Amino acid sequence: MPSHYEFVIAPPKRWLSINWRELWRFRDLFLVLAWRDIAVRYKQTVLGVIWALFQPLVTMVIFTFIFNGMAKIDSGDGTPYPIFLYVGLLLWQYYSNTLTNASGSMVANAGMIQKIYFPRLIIPVTAATTGFVDLAISSVILGGMMVYYGLMPHVMGLLILPVLLFCAILTSLGAGMFLAAINVKYRDVRYIVPFFVQIMMYVTPIIYPVSMLDSHPVIKALMLWLNPISGVITNARVGLLGHGSVDWGSVGISLLMSTAYFVVGLYYFRNTEHYFADIV
Amino acid sequence: MKKPMIEIEHISKRYRIGANKEPYLSLRDEIAKIASRLRPGKNHHGQSETDFWALSDVSFSVQEGEAVGIIGRNGAGKSTLLKILSQITPPTKGKITVRGRVASLLEVGTGFHPELTGRENVFLNGAILGMSREEIRRKFDEIVAFAEVEKFLDTPVKRYSSGMYVRLAFAVAAHLEPEILIVDEVLAVGDVQFQQKCLGKMGEVAKGGRTVLFVSHNMAAIELLCSRCALIHNGELKGIGHTKMVLNEYVEGVYLGMVRVPPAQRSDRSGSGEVRLKDVYLVDQQGKLLPAVQCGDVCTIAFQFEFTEHPKPFHLSFTIRDSKGQYISRPSTYDVSFLPGNTPRSGILMCSINRFPLIPGYYRVTTEIRIGGEVADYLEGAALIEVAAADFFGTGRINDHSPVLLDQKWNITTLNE
Repeated sequence: MPSHYEFVIAPPKRWLSINWRELWRFRDLFLVLAWRDIAVRYKQTVLGVIWALFQPLVTMVIFTFIFNGMAKIDSGDGTPYPIFLYVGLLLWQYYSNTLTNASGSMVANAGMIQKIYFPRLIIPVTAATTGFVDLAISSVILGGMMVYYGLMPHVMGLLILPVLLFCAILTSLGAGMFLAAINVKYRDVRYIVPFFVQIMMYVTPIIYPVSMLDSHPVIKALMLWLNPISGVITNARVGLLGHGSVDWGSVGISLLMSTAYFVVGLYYFRNTEHYFADIV
Repeated sequence: MKKPMIEIEHISKRYRIGANKEPYLSLRDEIAKIASRLRPGKNHHGQSETDFWALSDVSFSVQEGEAVGIIGRNGAGKSTLLKILSQITPPTKGKITVRGRVASLLEVGTGFHPELTGRENVFLNGAILGMSREEIRRKFDEIVAFAEVEKFLDTPVKRYSSGMYVRLAFAVAAHLEPEILIVDEVLAVGDVQFQQKCLGKMGEVAKGGRTVLFVSHNMAAIELLCSRCALIHNGELKGIGHTKMVLNEYVEGVYLGMVRVPPAQRSDRSGSGEVRLKDVYLVDQQGKLLPAVQCGDVCTIAFQFEFTEHPKPFHLSFTIRDSKGQYISRPSTYDVSFLPGNTPRSGILMCSINRFPLIPGYYRVTTEIRIGGEVADYLEGAALIEVAAADFFGTGRINDHSPVLLDQKWNITTLNE
């Protein structure tokens, strides 16, 4: 018996909405692809885990020496610099890895895109999930450092942590989807992305506290508004390390702006995805 | 009357081909282009884009339980039609209504990851093809048994032989249970034995009441599996109907139409172009042009060539296929170590085959010239050879059902007990 399943294939319209029902129908594919990426990454379990720990740890040691030891930058509120830096690095690493992976994901999966139909959105979204495993692994070091420095998390801060992570996901996915779509058409975009990510790191308060910019209110405002990760990192430090209080204004800005990035990225992606198979 | 499972209405697909032929651009070039447009006082005849209609106004419908074949030459638009039906690329115009769950197989092993094991890839590929995890778990043993890879389930597929890889990939696909199955020439894989097994499986699917759309060059496979067949040529639907009828039309119409263009005028060739094949024809022993070769006679095929650069020694091979696209043989100067030293700039190379063993019919010849291992000129369907009926065995009996006739001698001896 045929199911009462009917659909129409026609030229695409503008202003596409998202077909949630279809996304739900393909949930198994999403899970399997996410599992594939993680399985391949950690196939050599020891090496995969070591790498996830090694990268932020070495960065932290070297940056602490350069920026704190030599350039005399400190956390501004008495928090020990290494842990102050490490929180920023962790979130930045998640953000930049997701952005980089998502932006290259469509080209990396070109073979599948040309041969099979599925909601294309699954591909960049999958790229965002694998970063979580790295984040979870490198958080172990953070836990150890918190115990070492005797720092207690902020209750209110812990509660907003999911919101902050959500902002990081939205921002990185939004930018990632946008770049993924452009990357399909213009192949030199992938050379620009690493540069962009590297520069962005210095205009995000990772190695310095945002309070250092108090004397430059315009730059500070621009940073908070254009770069939602600034608010995420600043407030995550408050929440995790218990110094100072949550800045609700910057949380709101981050939430608003990350949603805006996500919507723009999603919209652009949805409106170009039909032609991916023709040009990828 | 029941509504058809697939209703294709006035489907057209346009591709834009830029002058540079590159499907993707670089942002750098794009910016440079915009900058040059902004510069005043210059004439801006930029690279113009040309439209190419891969499909135009194709309409037909497929009823439930029907197996329909789609045939056409390379580039005729049949793959584009499959891509539209599979929702991989959207149509430019028209509409298709599909009433049932679709699985399309445009390739076997889509998404296979070399680092993952056979077991893991079954789950991965199954999900990509639209099976639920539950469904894969249920059919897992059957898939593995069909692929004959039980012993290597926990080995990464990068260590598989290509045969094992293809078998596993096809096995997953063969266990899909959609209402509508769309298949591109995936059967052209694996060894002959496995191909037969795949064809058998496909036949089961078609007979099991499911709707099948099948694209292939292999006309024998289409004839075996499909009751109805659509012929696409230059993006247009040229005919649809009973498979036998359409296949005849294909052979007589499109097939002949294609070789009517003399090789010298063909531009759809590949290779370095150092040397060009100008013409291919049959000649008799006196070197006079022949319209057809008699089965069992000496067959002499002449290949006229011309160098565009300094002449060099070369090898020529030609593939012979029957009218159904089945591969028959590939004579080659390489096999017989024929490589004359002083090659003329322009000349005729002749190949003689004694007791020509092919049964009456039309045969398609594809030529390839190689210089030092590199392809210099490749021409698909360079000539069509007609083999006329004749008394091959000299007995008055005509054997026209085996593809090749063997010159044979028999004798009998008595054994002393």
